[in-house]
Amino acid sequence: MSSRTVLSSDDIDRAVTRIAHEILEANTALQKSGTSNLVILGIPTRGVLLAERIAKVIARNEPGTDVSQLLGRLDITMYRDDLASNPTRAVTETLIPSQGIEDKVVVLVDDVLFSGRTIRAALDALNDFGRPRAVKLAVLVDRGHRELPIRADFVGKNLPTSREERIRVHLTESDSENSVVIES
Amino acid sequence: MIKYLLSAGDLTREQAIEILDIAEGMADVNDRDIKKLPTLRGKTVVNLFFEDSTRTRISFELAAKRLSADVINFSAKGSSVSKGESLKDTAQTLEAMGADAVVIRHPASGAANVLAHSNWINGAIVNAGDGTHEHPTQALLDAFTMRKRIHGSASKGKALEGLKVAIVGDVLHSRVARSNLLLLNTLGAEVHFVAPPTLLPANPSNWEAKLHYSLDETLQHEKPDVVMMLRVQAERMNASFFPSEREYARIWGFNADRLKTLKPGAFLMHPGPMNRGLEIDAVSADSPQSTVLEQVANGVSVRMAVLYSLLSGERAADV
Repeated sequence: MSSRTVLSSDDIDRAVTRIAHEILEANTALQKSGTSNLVILGIPTRGVLLAERIAKVIARNEPGTDVSQLLGRLDITMYRDDLASNPTRAVTETLIPSQGIEDKVVVLVDDVLFSGRTIRAALDALNDFGRPRAVKLAVLVDRGHRELPIRADFVGKNLPTSREERIRVHLTESDSENSVVIES
Repeated sequence: MIKYLLSAGDLTREQAIEILDIAEGMADVNDRDIKKLPTLRGKTVVNLFFEDSTRTRISFELAAKRLSADVINFSAKGSSVSKGESLKDTAQTLEAMGADAVVIRHPASGAANVLAHSNWINGAIVNAGDGTHEHPTQALLDAFTMRKRIHGSASKGKALEGLKVAIVGDVLHSRVARSNLLLLNTLGAEVHFVAPPTLLPANPSNWEAKLHYSLDETLQHEKPDVVMMLRVQAERMNASFFPSEREYARIWGFNADRLKTLKPGAFLMHPGPMNRGLEIDAVSADSPQSTVLEQVANGVSVRMAVLYSLLSGERAADV
């Protein structure tokens, strides 16, 4: 098995910062100032960490941002379409900001976009919490091979891969380093 | 993961904690506006009840419905069982109709075990109480309630190490006591049975519990963290186990005076239904120390977790 690093720690930082700025820029088209209409939801496990990083950048650039109302996490385990064919998965906590998602612009954050099935499950899960004004998707890596009509609005890096390859995202909060590695 | 939940003793410590952790997630769902998950869509859960029940059946029904499963309630009264149909024929009928899980309550000890090992049914089987034998989901919800009372929102991943639990009353007829004993031992708690000698099993020597014959002395000397009162099961009593109800209530019943002797933070549990005035009086049943209603609410979350654990990934287990 060979592996090569496709994103370094600096690359990841730059991608996160760029995504955060793109989210803010896209948001000014909807609301003149402030982030009160934004909710950023990370999808466990590494999407949550990326969402935290993105929220941090947004808070730094947009003074007056209340991170507790901006940032949340969305567990999608119970909404998966492959539950019957895979071993039981543990359920993790879902945390929606107290302002809710009704009429907000929700940005879902995940590490890798692949088949699109996780995002489909996330859209279903969101449905049970309210009706957002819009739902957007931010991913660190888009590796192609979609099985559903889903695309990302904010992408850290497009990585053409073959189906056999594996993409591993390491983030310091959960792993020992920051890197994105392709294994084949 | 497991396919049958027949005994609380079947669960390893890791499995038990995993189910309790999943139940935490389910409890969050039960606080939402939309209390529904699509997880078990297309699955059929049969509640097969040969014995009267209110909370267990409704709790299982609600749990299955919140996970989007189809639920069929079968009670022996008014069914072919009263025409003399055997358990085998009833079970095979359900199997032919495509039940993915059967939740069974039966007055005979071991009924769930028979069902699981007979090959009459391919689906998952949950024991919802068999005679005087076991009631594993009750033990799980009791453990969940204890964990929640003690650790609050930081419950995930925790066991019940060192917790002192006094289980008081009709131990002899209680499946709740047996299942609790097994699960509490697995989770590291210390179990004390408190009962008149007539209501303890004849040979309790292989039980990992301490036995006491006086409630007041136990409360005074052991200072339990949890007192669990058991229902006096009059319907299973075919002999005189104690002289009179008044005497039982006086010596073994939990009342306002005994409530005062509980140490701070200790709490009082009862699996329900309560015989108010017999094993528990109204003051203590309605006190802040009483977890009776929490147990009912937690029952739904825990049963959702059990159904989820048994029914998701079942095809993978077969391959």
